[in-house]
Amino acid sequence: MNDFEPTVIAFVCNWCTYTAADLAGTSRLSYPPNVRLVRVMCTGMVDPQYVLKALLEGADGVLVSGCHPGDCHYINGNYKARRRIKLLKALLPQFGFAPQRLRLTWIGASDGIEFAHVMQELVDQVRELGPSEAKTKMVL
Amino acid sequence: MAKTAMIPVDNGLLAGLREFLRQVLARPEIAAVLVPCQLPMKAMVMPTLVSDPEQLSAANPLAPVFPLNGARVVTRLTRKEAGRTVVAVLRACEIRAFIELVKLKQGRREELIIVGIDCLGAYATKDFLPLADQGIEELTGRFLQSAMGEKEGELDGIGLAPACQACVNPVPDGADLIIGLLGADTGRALPVTAATEKGESLLENLDLPGGKAPEGREAAVAALVERRMARRKAMIDATRALTDSLEKLTAYLGACVNCYNCRVACPVCYCRECVFVTDVFDHEPCQYLGWAHRKGAVKMPTDTVFYHLTRLAHMGTACVGCGQCSNACPNGIPLAELFITASAPLQEAFDYHPGRSLDEKPPLAEFREKEFEEVVGIK
Ligand code: SF4
Ligand code: SF4
Ligand code: FES
Repeated sequence: MNDFEPTVIAFVCNWCTYTAADLAGTSRLSYPPNVRLVRVMCTGMVDPQYVLKALLEGADGVLVSGCHPGDCHYINGNYKARRRIKLLKALLPQFGFAPQRLRLTWIGASDGIEFAHVMQELVDQVRELGPSEAKTKMVL
Repeated sequence: MAKTAMIPVDNGLLAGLREFLRQVLARPEIAAVLVPCQLPMKAMVMPTLVSDPEQLSAANPLAPVFPLNGARVVTRLTRKEAGRTVVAVLRACEIRAFIELVKLKQGRREELIIVGIDCLGAYATKDFLPLADQGIEELTGRFLQSAMGEKEGELDGIGLAPACQACVNPVPDGADLIIGLLGADTGRALPVTAATEKGESLLENLDLPGGKAPEGREAAVAALVERRMARRKAMIDATRALTDSLEKLTAYLGACVNCYNCRVACPVCYCRECVFVTDVFDHEPCQYLGWAHRKGAVKMPTDTVFYHLTRLAHMGTACVGCGQCSNACPNGIPLAELFITASAPLQEAFDYHPGRSLDEKPPLAEFREKEFEEVVGIK
């Protein structure tokens, strides 16, 4: 278990969190390679289905991250995303997923440092949780 | 104070209800009545759109079966203006599902008068067929006796469908006219109460004696709901114990063959085209090989648990607990138990009651700026 390296899928919006990731990169800040970014135009387009697919395919954690409230470039996509995360957090623990495996954050375009910090913290937390059941058992 | 009239039933409940529907159909403003009718050629009851009063002699809205949830049928009749009004006799869960579909603009409340009857439940369709071998009317009579008595609908050792046993909303609150069975003197007359203006103006034009809801009605409703609450809790506890890990959920759904009948039968699975039957899931052959290589083995068809979880995420807040998913499953998977159980926390999360009111938007169709801050952040 010690050498367990978690996989975290992060759905990040193009305008804020992805830009922050880019900034982190150009500022030469490092963050764990366990995080796989999936760039989406807005957190409002992350259907719960995407999160489910990632978890069932064996992701140990999923992050959805976008603009701060009020900053969404499509006005209210992030508010919709928050409701969907609320829904998934009511759904998934019923089937044994630890709620900490699913996270929602707001990381603004200029928050490169914050981005690197959140990724590190998130990966540490998920590593602590251990591999997800979907990864260790065959899910049919 | 809601207006109540009495439907005489001294010749039997069905005869009384048929006569009531004949009166309704005789109104010039009513084009047709949609009501479950005994099909002449088989032992089944189906929603039937009746315009000839003669045909109402086959009407049987009390038969303990509903092979489909009528909500979607009603959307077919109401999705566009027809110029005439239809009266639909529906069960409580059908009305709730229809209200959900109206919210999604798939049906309209205009040109429609809904008549609801207190729902005593129904058998699973597969249980109904053998029970009805002496005829549907005979069974209906035996069922009513059992359902209004101690046995709560159990006949020949067969109980109501699990979803019905656990249904805590037997009163058709969303109807325009509510016919009360609970607490009524079923040998004499049934109260019919107007719950809306539409219902009231229809009722005023019918030749029925006035009256009021029987004294015992409230207590009878409360007693039934209390028994159902206890069953619902037991069902949820049992189902939770069977599905509280991914491995158990996978086993629970073990017989699923991805036929998707359950979502066809589900009245609130609202998409015209389900993503699971689109080309999104027409994977490249090499994709399957890739999965097989990565995991060592992959069950085909793939994505079974994914399908059910997606359905829960998409329609769980709207599940009205009608049980049709269980009816539809060729492999007898207790789906209604799972969907009722898993949907309960979703509906609670948004304090949402599907089908209660047209004024309550589906939870994923709205948002507030300040809410659910507890799901944000990594603490
Ligand atoms: S999931 Fe099953 S019980 Fe719920 S509304 Fe759909 S068919 Fe009815
Ligand atoms: S009806 Fe039964 S077999 Fe078909 S998809 Fe639903 S659960 Fe699976
Ligand atoms: S554009 Fe960033 S959350 Fe909508």
